[in-house]
Amino acid sequence: MSARTKRVLGVVLELSVPILVLVAWGVWSAGSTTYYYPPLTDILETFRDTWVFERVGSDVVPSLLRMGAGYAIAVLAGVAVGLLLGLSRRSRRAAAPIIEFLRAIPPPALLPFAILVIGVGTSMKVFIIAFVCVWPILLNTLDGVGGVDPTLRDTTRVYGISKRDRVLRVMLPAAGPQIFAGMRTSLSLALILMVISEMVASTNGIGYFVLQSQRSFDIPEMWSGILLIGIIGYFLNAVFLLVERRVLRWHRGSRASALG
Amino acid sequence: MSGVAATARRPRVPDAALPWLSVAVVLALFELLPRIGVINDRYFPPVSDTLTTLADEVQTSPYWQAIGDTLEGWALGLAIAAGLAIPLGIVIGSFPLLYRASRVLIEFLRPIPSVALIPLAILIYGTGLQSKVFLAAFASFWQLFVQVLYGVQDVDPVATDTARSFGYSRVQRLWRVTLPSAVPYIATGLRIASAVSLILCITAELIIGSAGLGRSINLARSGGDVELMYALILTTGLLGLALNSIFVWAEKRVLHWHPSQRGER
Repeated sequence: MSARTKRVLGVVLELSVPILVLVAWGVWSAGSTTYYYPPLTDILETFRDTWVFERVGSDVVPSLLRMGAGYAIAVLAGVAVGLLLGLSRRSRRAAAPIIEFLRAIPPPALLPFAILVIGVGTSMKVFIIAFVCVWPILLNTLDGVGGVDPTLRDTTRVYGISKRDRVLRVMLPAAGPQIFAGMRTSLSLALILMVISEMVASTNGIGYFVLQSQRSFDIPEMWSGILLIGIIGYFLNAVFLLVERRVLRWHRGSRASALG
Repeated sequence: MSGVAATARRPRVPDAALPWLSVAVVLALFELLPRIGVINDRYFPPVSDTLTTLADEVQTSPYWQAIGDTLEGWALGLAIAAGLAIPLGIVIGSFPLLYRASRVLIEFLRPIPSVALIPLAILIYGTGLQSKVFLAAFASFWQLFVQVLYGVQDVDPVATDTARSFGYSRVQRLWRVTLPSAVPYIATGLRIASAVSLILCITAELIIGSAGLGRSINLARSGGDVELMYALILTTGLLGLALNSIFVWAEKRVLHWHPSQRGER
């Protein structure tokens, strides 16, 4: 078998299994009369009726905006504070226990706190997403900056490169792979927090829709929402990997860090 | 604060005291600011009040009951995830053909946030322990599974080839070569899975209302008992820290022979 046919066969194998699984689900559920597991075709039909593009404006867009805003705040704050604190070994040490503790709190436990302090509006959701997502990014930025080769630090200082340039052109890129690893952890957290904050207190959004469908026993609607969240999760991850690969193209270890 | 220059002269505060100092400063701030009215004590009660409440709570049985309920879900979820992920990961990871066949499916299923399954869990398992365990097991399964897969595939080919030329059978190779070199990955996977399992348990308690810390926090909030709410949030944080430290400690003990045990992350 030539290398070419082998490669083609490999791709066929990779793609055929997911398709087979889908077909199996379709066939198995086709005659389903079980209330909780409606036929796949019903779910897909509901999916089309619900999400293309009936509820996109009312539920999907608000959800994604909340998530995007919270995540963006977390990235900016995490990287900025991480760079500042990371500059000195002593400030890193001082900040460590507080950051470690805040990160150790299971994120959903903070939801009641956010509801109490901010209320149930959009700003609460943005806040909780940002507040939870910031820690992995902050910690990884700290670690990354702390791990910059001391020789590199000293060399750039001896050469009289300004502090601003040292931070932005040496520290930041050197910490890049780790920052991205933190950002990836945070991205999945952002999606989770978006969904559950909408489940707990909301009047729109995907999370709200899914839980409401279940409560009113609209089972195909519920399944279609679960499917949508899954698809969003998958695409966010894929887009993130693409961006990471572009930004860290210069970095040889970037593939390894993407596994993190 | 003392910045870069501090490295040159002898610092006034010794390094070892720094973490304690910063914790003390934060605690003092959250004690003083509510007391002098800079931040609203209806939302942020002074730390001493929260700690007093915590000290009272520690002596009551509902408090320990809630912790027990959460830990029960956590342990069952993690155990189920480990029971499925470790054998599956080893088998799928050892056979390249099997791995390729399942790769796309795994990559698709893994990023799906398990919280999306909350409504499904309620439908099928109701609002009790089962729902919680299902969600915790589902979420932690993927964390662990992927680590096991990486671990099994990361075996040094020279070691495998050497074992093969020494006439080790497939089973012996698995037992003597593949498993030991995958153990660090499995350990990391277990630690991450433990954290994820705890998160999902708390989420389930919060949203579905299964018994446990998550529900207690929510009840404290809706009952207006702010001090209790903070005391319980503090408890979940300490629980998270404790579980993590246990895993780090166990990792160090089990893997003392492994060169990679540098204590990274």
